[in-house]
Parts: sequence; C-alpha cells; structure tokens
Amino acid sequence: MTALPTRKLEAWRYTELKSLAAISFAEPKPAKISAPLPDLGLPRIVFVNGSFNAALSNAPDFVGPFAKVLDDSALPLVQINAANAQDGITIDIPAGIDAGAIMLISYANAAEPIAFHPRHRIVLGTNATLTIIEVALGQGVYWHNPVTDITLQEGATLGHYRLQDESAEAFHLATIRADIAEKAAYESFSLVVGGKLSRAEFHTNLNGPNASTHLNAAQLLRGRQHADFTSVVGHKAPNCASRQTVKSVLFDHARGVFQGRIEVAQIAQKTDGYQMNQALLLSPHAEIDIKPELEIFADDVKCSHGATIGALDPEQIFYLRSRGIPEDQARAMLIRAFLTEALEPVTHEAARTFLEDAIETWWARK
Amino acid sequence: MLDINNLTAKIGDKEILRGVNLTVPDGEIHAIMGPNGAGKSTLSYVLSGREGYEVTGGSATYNGQDLLAMEPEQRAAAGVFLAFQYPVELPGVGNANFIRTALNSIRRARGEAELDAVAFLKLARAAIKNLSMPDDMLKRNVNVGFSGGEKKRNEVLQMALLNPGLAILDETDSGLDIDALKIVADGVNALRSPTFSALVITHYQRLLDHIVPDYVHVLAAGRIVRSGGPELALELEAHGYAGLEAA
Ligand SMILES: Nc1ncnc2c1ncn2[C@@H]1O[C@H](COP(=O)(O)OP(=O)(O)OP(=O)(O)O)[C@@H](O)[C@H]1O
Ligand SMILES: [Mg+2]
Repeated sequence: MTALPTRKLEAWRYTELKSLAAISFAEPKPAKISAPLPDLGLPRIVFVNGSFNAALSNAPDFVGPFAKVLDDSALPLVQINAANAQDGITIDIPAGIDAGAIMLISYANAAEPIAFHPRHRIVLGTNATLTIIEVALGQGVYWHNPVTDITLQEGATLGHYRLQDESAEAFHLATIRADIAEKAAYESFSLVVGGKLSRAEFHTNLNGPNASTHLNAAQLLRGRQHADFTSVVGHKAPNCASRQTVKSVLFDHARGVFQGRIEVAQIAQKTDGYQMNQALLLSPHAEIDIKPELEIFADDVKCSHGATIGALDPEQIFYLRSRGIPEDQARAMLIRAFLTEALEPVTHEAARTFLEDAIETWWARK
Repeated sequence: MLDINNLTAKIGDKEILRGVNLTVPDGEIHAIMGPNGAGKSTLSYVLSGREGYEVTGGSATYNGQDLLAMEPEQRAAAGVFLAFQYPVELPGVGNANFIRTALNSIRRARGEAELDAVAFLKLARAAIKNLSMPDDMLKRNVNVGFSGGEKKRNEVLQMALLNPGLAILDETDSGLDIDALKIVADGVNALRSPTFSALVITHYQRLLDHIVPDYVHVLAAGRIVRSGGPELALELEAHGYAGLEAA
C-alpha cells in the first residue's frame, strides 16, 4: 500500500496523519444502522461501511454501479483509494436533462477500526443540471477515504453540498476532482462538524471560457478536532471565475487549516479569482493556519485573497442581550451571521434548510 | 419606578459616576442634560448591564428589583430598554429576525406565548407605518449601511415593538432631521401610560418641545447637580452649563 503522506510534503505541512498511521484497520463488514439516516424525501443512495446498500436506497436510473478505473494520480490518498476501492457510484446525466436532487449518504458503524475507500464518478452532459446532497456520518473508529471525480460538460451545473458529520473518532480524507468545461458551473459548499481529523481536498480545473466554481466551506470544530480545507484551482481558459469563502469557528483546542492555490495559465486572461478566509477563534488554544498561494502567468487577471481572524464582538453581544436575547443565543446568532456568506452557493432550498439545521444541531450539542 | 441611590461607578481607575440620586416614578418622563463626558451614557450602560463598569457603591432598582444584580437580558425582560447613542451594526443578521428573536425572548422570559413569523410581521409592519419608516428597514441587516438618522429610528422601532416599561433614550435625537425628530417624539409619546416611564438624555431643548418632560435633571461630573421643571431646559439653552458643576 502506498504510504500515507507525511508533513515533509508541502501539501501536508499542517495536517499530521501519524494518529491515523498508528491504527491497524480491518476489512469493513456489513453493519446495522443504529441512527436515523437523513431523509429529505429525495432519491437516496446509501452506503454502509463503504458498500452500497440496495435495501436502504432508492436510486434513480441515472445512477450506475462502481466502475474500477486506472488512475495515475500523484496524490498519495488517491493512490491508496485506487488500490483499495471496492465500491462507489457512477452518475451519468445526458445532455439537456435537469436531474433534480439526490442524497448520497455514507454511514459507518465500526465495531473495530475499519477503512473504506469509495470511488464515485459523476458526469453531467451539455447543459445538464444536478444537485447532490452528500452526507457522511457514523459511529466508532474508521477511516473514510472517498475520491469523487466530476466532469461537467459545456453549460452543465452541479450543486454539490456536503455535510461531514462523521463520528468523533473518525478520519475523513476526501478528494474531489472536477473538470469544468465552457460555461459550466461547479457550485460546492462543505459543512464540517464531525470527525477527529478531516480533510477535504479539491482539485478543480476551469477548462473552457466562462466556466465558474464556488468552493465554499464552514468548519465548526470543538475539542481537539482538526479540519483541513485544501484546494487547487486551475484557471486554464479566459473569463473564468473561482470563488472560495471558507469560514472556521473554532472552540477549545480545535485546529483549522486552509490551503488554497490558484494557478492562472497564460491563456486565462480576465480570470476572476477570489479567496476569503475568516476564522472565529473562541478559545485561546484554538488555532487556524491559512496558506493562500497564487501562481499567475496571465497579465489581465483579478485575484484577491483576504483573511480575518477574530473573536465575537462584545459590543454586538451586549446589543443583542440588551434586547432580551440570552447570551448563548446571542452568540449563536452572531456565529450564524458569520457563516452566511459561505452558504451563498447553496441555492437548493431543502439543502439549505438541511445544512442550517445541521448548524443548529451542532450548536446545541455542546 | 426607577430608583437610583447614591450610585457610584468606575471604568478602570476612573471614577465616572460619583453619587447619582434619581427617582423616576411610573408614568413620568425625565430628561437628563449635561456637558459632554459628564457620565450620561455611562449611567445608561450601567442601568442596562454593559460589561466594563465597576459599580463601587449605591443601588439601582426598577419596580423593586435590584437591576445591578441582573443579567442584561433579565433587565430587558423586566422592561428596561436602552436606545443606544451609537447603535451597533450586525452584519448577517436580518432586522426582522433580530427584533422577533428579541420580542420572543422577552415573551418567553415572562411566560408568554411566542409570536410566529406571520404574526410578528403584521405587528412590525403596523409599527413601521406608525413611525413613517420605509418598509425595507425590516429586510435589511441590523443597522448595516443605515444612515445615522435611520439607525436612531431603528432604535425607536425596536422600542415600539418591545414595548418597555422603562425606556432610556441616549441622544436618540442627535442626527435626526426635523421630521424624524417629530416621528421619534411621537413614538415615545405613544408609549406614555401610567405604567411607562422614560429617561430622555439629550443636548437640545428642541426634543423637549415634542416630548414634554415632567422633570429635567442636569448631570455634571458624575452627579445630578440640578433638577427642575421643563423650564430648566430653556434656561440651560440660554446660559449653558457654566457654574453648575460647582453647585
Ligand atoms: N471605556 C472607557 N475607558 C475610559 N474612559 C471612558 C470609557 N468610556 C467612557 N469613558 C469616559 O467616561 C466619561 C463619561 O463618558 P460618557 O460617555 O458617559 O459621557 P456622556 O455624558 O454620555 O457624554 P456625551 O454627551 O458626549 O455623550 C468620559 O470622560 C469618557 O471619556
Ligand atoms: Mg453619551
């Protein structure tokens, strides 16, 4: 098996996988569902311990089985996934079809430490649209290492809304690669509330003129949780836009990471690249690491990066309390307000309500 | 009834309130005037429970409840409302959601039923109309991008909807145009009742033409140095505060 990346690799400088390497994982076995799975009345594809579960799923026709592919990726986690992948889905939406919304759920119930490496492939034909609400949750010690490959043909739009709510002892290391053609849009938002150690790594290429992407996220962490958001956005054609608003709310000893790299090719004139990273550090022990990188070979581009790190404003808290709002609720309101901008790409109403409820649930858990 | 007795308070090592005595019976409106830096805002913040002040002596009760022992939200539930001299902006928080959350928090604390969004909007629209304010004020983020005068009007809108027993208005008139001044005054006058009282902090006699106070007090260097009827405001307007601090 390919070795896990270490902090000697620049891309892994802020995320240490020693605690993962120290565990020996068994083959996943079938397991019972001992928590209610989210149900939004949408078609649902359910994986249990990494395997597709037909009984719990009602997949539409456009969802097909896993297909093993050759993968010469240099990314260590993708190599590990390629060597170990046993299941996943293939989605193929023909040109011009609006396929609505589906849920893709990964549920883990690990009696002993297990590892699973699903491989998903999603292709949207010309002008097709789809919304995927992806949820990862579970119990026990496990390592979830999914790789999702996305191809958007001309004018296609994919809304990809992810909730990472894994068990408090889980490792979640997801890689998402998206190839986006002319006028196509990859709209993503990731809400990270679970896991002991997690990373979402995006490799997104804007390959045709006027392609666009949102890679937004909110990382809400407590205790000793560690969450890493890493992105590489390749602007490979003129007039493309990439926007990344990543917000972290960190309590206790939690640690958040943002690494965002924008590569603008020489041909990619009129590139509009935007990165905004904001963190609320709600404890003196919380930590955020932010590493923006711009690599620009075109001369007519607009790329910006902004970062703010702060605490909740006591003036704002007092204003709310002076109106009768209890302190805890005042804080919750201000945190919700802080997150609003990150949720912007979530235009699907049921998805938005679902994610907002997940934020409320997270707040109430403490 | 608001009853303040020999109240002293510090910020850091600096003594700001140096023995304030003031009683505002139910049904009355009292004005507080006084030079810049006298401690007027400090008094209103201490009464509403802002952090950063050390009360070193004296007492402040409202309807017999010890205000100084209560959390800010408990004071609000007891009926105390402060219209801020400098209202705070809350980016990302919608004004309607903010005021409804406030109203429902107060109702919950009092054991009253909460209002749903529809019932609240009905109330809020009526209040907005009464105060001749633009409708979009409810949709916008709290005070964000509001002009100085709009922020003050938004304080009055909150006051109208939260319906306090004791309103403290800290220079709510400054920054208002002539029409808005009348609207704000009407908003306060509309609340007048035998169970409502108000402390109106102002630098200008002008406001007191519209909100006629029962008493006018002068706060200077942390003490009430003079009290009188509405005519005291006229006298101050003519002669300023010279000589009062020594009194
Ligand atoms: N945080 C603070 N630290 C130090 N001094 C302060 C602080 N806040 C207020 N003060 C001081 O306390 C005194 C009283 O201030 P306050 O704001 O109560 O005055 P005011 O009577 O409301 O004045 P104005 O009419 O200008 O609004 C002033 O000298 C002010 O500089
Ligand atoms: Mg003042």
